[in-house]
Amino acid sequence: MSDEELNTSTGRPEQTPDPATIEGAVGREDRSQFAMGTAVPSEIGVDIEQTAEVNARTASLWSDAWRQLRRRPIFMISATLIIILIVMAIAPRLFTSIDPRACSLTDSLLAPSSEHWFGTDLQGCDYYSRTIHGTRVSIAIGLTVTFFATGIALVGGSVAGYYGGWTDTIIARLTDIMFVIPFILGGIVILSLFPTRGVPQVSLVLIILGWATMLRLVRSSVLSAKSHDYVDAARAMGATNRRIITKHILPNALAPVIVYATITVGVVISAEAALSFLGVGLQLPAISWGLMISNAQARILTAPYLLLFPGLFLSVTVFSFILMGDALRDALDPKLR
Amino acid sequence: MATKQSQDTLGGKSYDPTAPLLAVDDLSVEFRIEDGIVKAVNSLSYTLDRHETLAILGESGSGKSVSAQAVMGILDTPPGFVTSGSVEFQGVDLLQLPEDVMAKDVRGQKVAMVFQDALTALNPVFTVGWQIGEMLRKHRGMSKKEAKEQAIELMERVKIPDARDRVNAYPHEFSGGMRQRAMIAMAISLDPDVLIADEPTTALDVTVQAQIMELLHDLQSETGMGLILITHDLGVVAEVCDRIVVMYAGRIAEEGSVDEVYHHPAHPYTLGLMDSIPRPDVHTGRLNPIQGAPPDLLAIPSGCAFHPRCPYVRPECSGEIPPLVDIGRGGHESACLFWEEVQRDR
Amino acid sequence: MGRYVIRRSLQFIPVFFGATILIFALVFAIPGDPIRALAGEKHISQTVLDTLNERYHLDEPLWKQYTIYITGVFQGDFGVDFRGRPVTDLLKQRLPVTIRLALLAFFFEVVFGVGAGILAGVKKGKFFDNFVLISTLIVIAIPIFVLAFLAQIIFGVKLGWFPVSGIRDGWMSYMLPAIVLGSLSLAYIARLMRASLVENLRADYVRTATSKGLSRRRVVGIHALRNSLIPIVTFLAIDLGALMGGAIITETIFNLPGIGRAVFEGVQKQEGTVVVGIATFMIIVYMFANLIADILYGVLDPRIRLE
Repeated sequence: MSDEELNTSTGRPEQTPDPATIEGAVGREDRSQFAMGTAVPSEIGVDIEQTAEVNARTASLWSDAWRQLRRRPIFMISATLIIILIVMAIAPRLFTSIDPRACSLTDSLLAPSSEHWFGTDLQGCDYYSRTIHGTRVSIAIGLTVTFFATGIALVGGSVAGYYGGWTDTIIARLTDIMFVIPFILGGIVILSLFPTRGVPQVSLVLIILGWATMLRLVRSSVLSAKSHDYVDAARAMGATNRRIITKHILPNALAPVIVYATITVGVVISAEAALSFLGVGLQLPAISWGLMISNAQARILTAPYLLLFPGLFLSVTVFSFILMGDALRDALDPKLR
Repeated sequence: MATKQSQDTLGGKSYDPTAPLLAVDDLSVEFRIEDGIVKAVNSLSYTLDRHETLAILGESGSGKSVSAQAVMGILDTPPGFVTSGSVEFQGVDLLQLPEDVMAKDVRGQKVAMVFQDALTALNPVFTVGWQIGEMLRKHRGMSKKEAKEQAIELMERVKIPDARDRVNAYPHEFSGGMRQRAMIAMAISLDPDVLIADEPTTALDVTVQAQIMELLHDLQSETGMGLILITHDLGVVAEVCDRIVVMYAGRIAEEGSVDEVYHHPAHPYTLGLMDSIPRPDVHTGRLNPIQGAPPDLLAIPSGCAFHPRCPYVRPECSGEIPPLVDIGRGGHESACLFWEEVQRDR
Repeated sequence: MGRYVIRRSLQFIPVFFGATILIFALVFAIPGDPIRALAGEKHISQTVLDTLNERYHLDEPLWKQYTIYITGVFQGDFGVDFRGRPVTDLLKQRLPVTIRLALLAFFFEVVFGVGAGILAGVKKGKFFDNFVLISTLIVIAIPIFVLAFLAQIIFGVKLGWFPVSGIRDGWMSYMLPAIVLGSLSLAYIARLMRASLVENLRADYVRTATSKGLSRRRVVGIHALRNSLIPIVTFLAIDLGALMGGAIITETIFNLPGIGRAVFEGVQKQEGTVVVGIATFMIIVYMFANLIADILYGVLDPRIRLE
């Protein structure tokens, strides 16, 4: 086992982490190390036949995958859910005309009725409206954090995996450091540095806490792609390193990353909710499901709906992204068919 | 060597002493997958006797490995299904036997198999000795110690040096050739009547290949077992085999004694195979590869599956599937309508 | 094998320092003067302030504070809080709660997670398998704090089976939080076990074992399982380490005085030394668990022992 392979804090021969198992990280508060997962033997290891025709090869994989996806009900279900959620996030007015901030203390803590579908909270705000509006923050943070964390991971992971040597060692140790710090703890400590915590601040912190696992995934995909003969072939034909990375290695490493990124959106949404719940995430006047649940704590017996509605929306949102990740994995991993 | 239990029956059915050791008749296997049905094996028939070595020759996708798995009853079902035919071991149809009889009495004891890549075919977490001895412990009731001793003997028999030390080693600690020998040792541990070797030398160096083939040959002489050699390597076939079955797209293209088929090939595919390999004794100008590509098994060409690539193709070839006909000279059969032409050109 | 362990341990050293430095820097960058915060509204004289500052080295540059701290750690001193109480005392007091919680959760996840995973893998495609796949997905999707509240409402209050708060009822107090805490890992392990088993059942050596005439039970239960358990065992080792590291959310919701809650309280009260002390402990525990996992991997998989 090469030094390269050992050069990870798992120490076990680096195999492509299995995104399917990483979802177990959601809400895994202090099994933080898993808040974004850990390198575990893979199901993903997109085993593409080695030809020099990179484009044709990857094109056929994607079109195959698309064909596969269209057939699967879990893809359809999760895609529908996600689309609805995104629409809800962009245009909450399509789902409710009530202003979530139009609160009247005289209407405090009303049970669900035909006038207030989800009841009202302590301040007398319409809970249904607040729940719908809470979607925006979750989706926004989920997508933003995943986007940037993936970006960092792609760059860092491919550089580390491809060039190896000291670059790899340093990046690997940095990744290890992020892994070793419990997620919730890290989140609490870093977030308490910010006096005001809005979407940008919370997103930033989650990006900091989240790039590590994705990077490891990219790195190990790159490592395994690097060992394929087509890389040697490309080099023999005079391709520059950058070209080899972008045209040959990354397309093959992309499939597990896509699956994992999808799941990560769900994980991030759950993490933001957890941190807001603890009081270290988003602050009022932001409308966040985590915050709503936190405020519902004191009354879970007298007014359980205060917990249940945001809880339901939160769970369904996370669920749809994870389900989508599952569907993508099934379609993109030929081995599993 | 452990004494074989002699029985007159297998799974309640009696043996037929006049029947050949192994008789495969009209065997067909199909795979039902998402994209359709793959007819991997179509009407395969052959027989095998003691001391006989049969080669099943074909490209990847020709159905040769699948047919062997069907014989052993270790096909992945689903998606694989045997849709017709019989596999008679001394008159008893193995396909009709219940699974527990197959496991207890047939596999390993009557029919054994050696696989292509010993590194993946052997369990990486158990020692070689343990794996070889496993059959002895489970089928013959030997103790761990006895089985280990026997395993060492078997390893020596297949010429693995330092067997006494190596018995406690793991598969990945062996070289490719030695691993293959270990697998052979495992396969012959219960003295089977039939040994199926599925591409036993494909993953090995040429020199090691020769050694392994010699080993198999010697073992066969010693024990009188029937040997089925599945391969795509013509050279190997010529050295060791008595008869050869050439498969294409799941069907038999040509069948006969090795001499006959080599010197008087009667099917364009066989001819193509012979012409496409370099032969030191024949000085030709260029190598002639077979035109075209192996067929997509989900969409096998009509009629004779080889016709899109065949230099002798005629309109009739894409119509009905040509039957396998006896063309004389000691059981030589061909599935080409124009076999005479093919033979003449040779 | 020994060399492999040593190499791994050596790799952890920079990580340990890196992580502790990072936490240290983050914590002591917390704005606000902790001494004054503790004092509240009371007026503190400058001399008292100076003494306290000196006592807790708050004057020194950050790197010096860190060095003092980390040398202390190697001697078993995790610092003192602003009342003068050693953090180790706090650890000693709170750790047993966390350990009990962790062990109980671990028990659940091992027994039910591994069991469900094996059954699902063996019965792939059948009802039980689909049931496991769907239910684990649901459990994973529901955030742990929602799960905790639901459990409290349903099993604690409505059904009255378990206490929902505190540790007054002995082991029963730990049941509900352990189930909730373990449920996530359980779901994860069940999926991992299933995936590992399914992958191994497709392996060539399983075909070989079947061709040897071994019973299906033996092929699956010994040949396939022995290989499939390797990633599970290593994962479990790490998970136990993580569990020991404290479960902040669970401890908060169920009102358990463990080290997770202690560190959270430390952040809220701006007790920097407490936070750093407990965080260091958590890091050490986790690194140790990782090392054990690596060793176990070497023990279970002969292929990597050669290093």
